[in-house]
Amino acid sequence: MTERTPSPAVDLDRQLADLEQEIERLRKRSREQSVSVDAELGPLLERADHLRVQIYTNPSPWHIVQLARQSQRPRLLDFVGTLCSDVMELHGDRLYRDDPALLAALARFEGQPVVVIGHNKGKDTKENIARNFGMPYPEGYRKALRAMRLAEKFRYPVISFVDTPGAYPGDEAEERGQAEAIARNIQEMSRLRVPLVVVITGEGGSGGALAIAVGDVVLMLQYAVYTVISPEGCAAILWHDASRARDAAEALKLTAQDLQTLGVVDEVLPEPFGGAHRDPDATFAAVREALGRHLQALREVPIEILLDRRYKKYRRMGRILEQSEQSAQSSQSPRPLAGDG
Amino acid sequence: MLNWLRRPKYGSLERREMPAGIWAKCPRCRNLIYRKELERNLKVCPKCAYHHRLTAVERLEITLDENSFREYDAGLTSTDPLGFENYPAKLSEARAKTDQAEAVITGEGTIDGSQTIIGALDFHFMGGSMGSAVGEKVARAAERSYEQRLPLVIFSASGGARMQEGVLSLMQLAKTSAAIGRIHDAGLPYLSVMCDPTTGGVTASFAFLGDVILAEPGALIGFAGRRVIEQTIRRKLPDDFQTAEFCLQKGLIDMVVPRTEMRSALARLLAFVGAPRVLPAAIEPAPAAQP
Ligand SMILES: [Zn+2]
Repeated sequence: MTERTPSPAVDLDRQLADLEQEIERLRKRSREQSVSVDAELGPLLERADHLRVQIYTNPSPWHIVQLARQSQRPRLLDFVGTLCSDVMELHGDRLYRDDPALLAALARFEGQPVVVIGHNKGKDTKENIARNFGMPYPEGYRKALRAMRLAEKFRYPVISFVDTPGAYPGDEAEERGQAEAIARNIQEMSRLRVPLVVVITGEGGSGGALAIAVGDVVLMLQYAVYTVISPEGCAAILWHDASRARDAAEALKLTAQDLQTLGVVDEVLPEPFGGAHRDPDATFAAVREALGRHLQALREVPIEILLDRRYKKYRRMGRILEQSEQSAQSSQSPRPLAGDG
Repeated sequence: MLNWLRRPKYGSLERREMPAGIWAKCPRCRNLIYRKELERNLKVCPKCAYHHRLTAVERLEITLDENSFREYDAGLTSTDPLGFENYPAKLSEARAKTDQAEAVITGEGTIDGSQTIIGALDFHFMGGSMGSAVGEKVARAAERSYEQRLPLVIFSASGGARMQEGVLSLMQLAKTSAAIGRIHDAGLPYLSVMCDPTTGGVTASFAFLGDVILAEPGALIGFAGRRVIEQTIRRKLPDDFQTAEFCLQKGLIDMVVPRTEMRSALARLLAFVGAPRVLPAAIEPAPAAQP
């Protein structure tokens, strides 16, 4: 991959971007000069639609990143509002403040009490500014942990919705222990004594996502992404060129399908053609069905077995190679035996 | 330095190339220091107390009782699970440069007679980044601590998760944190020591989960990088931001301990929290098999 060869998908993407620019230019002219441009516009729109069909039939990882970040994509409140009833939001970490980037609530799912937590991205700029674009401070993660403790106390399962660019990288977040808050949540979720189901609905941005994404079952929407670093960040570090984010998106293996292959995601939930926002109801139905099925199955598992399974599930993640130690160059003196074989 | 730890070599070099010269220039105070004197002072600048970064081997040598170390999982390494551009080459390069198979060494040993499981990350190996192998070795060390009812001590020095292993490196945060959770459940002590630098995914997992968290003076400790934060808040950060002393003041860590006192601080903590004692120079042989 040292030579950069644009994939056909990327080519289509560029063609579509050019077309959209041209369409916008025509519309602007029409508005400004009050002239009809329909004759010119028609074929362009048709061509754009055709390109979109081609693109969404087999979207590249970079297209999927765009879909995951789509501003019209269903948000946490859409999922909770549609899938749950009797929703009572809980506020605050009892230590510092309430973090609107992360939602915690008591709710019913199919009549059963649950605790819901999730990154609370907004739909527009105003909402996003109020909720910090779904990027929590430590107090957000601590609120989530507090809600999970309630779930444990009352024996309610936890449903967690993941959609964040990442934990907020600010000076105050650092001062209040962003790393500790994430680490604590990850550890506590690995041994929380109630079933945990995670749904990655949009962006799964690194540690900030994982801080509420340890679960017995991890579900992922087809066009969501989950990654250790943003494609832009990865490209900037690797190639000192953030514009190579498309290449990084390919290299990072961040799509739902890749993650299922890698054993990180248990089930991929299908999205409508063109993305969840094209038919939100179909998306909600898919999430509802999967959540119901998994929660029911998890409820029947004794908690000690569930905890053991959860531990082993994360314990197995990754790929390692155990070289025989002779393949290393000979040591300078006889080496003591390792502690256990 | 002490130079007692002998391990198999994983690099292509017969001998590690030591930078030549009798004098070393301190990167902080710019003074020329007699190299022998620097080494005697555990690589702490005698003029300005700057703590030079140590390799994992050096760290274990100055921390453990001489010849008390038994290594675990020496040959365990990462693979290239994603087929990531240049990753195999970067791994070989790191092995050649450091003679280590991976970015962490784990094992067991004694600190002033107190028996413990121990791990040391090596920033010289791909920035001490945590991929599958580092996560696995740390998790196994934690599990051995649990099985053998021994304390765990981990020296961290890491830039974070290893990008080249994608989300599998992110999953090492969960793997290591879950394993550390078992130690806590068993009532065993886990001491975390943060060295320069400890950032990103390692802070968001095992490094910040210590019962007691220690740090070396001046160590950089934080989750997000300075540049990213400055771009986000559109302000310049103070010079001492994310230093060990800053973290101590903000209540994020328990103590800042100079390198020359670290071994005795750990020994004191281990004696306090009840590590099994081993008489000096009398490490018991493994018990004979039952008839
Ligand atoms: Zn100096």
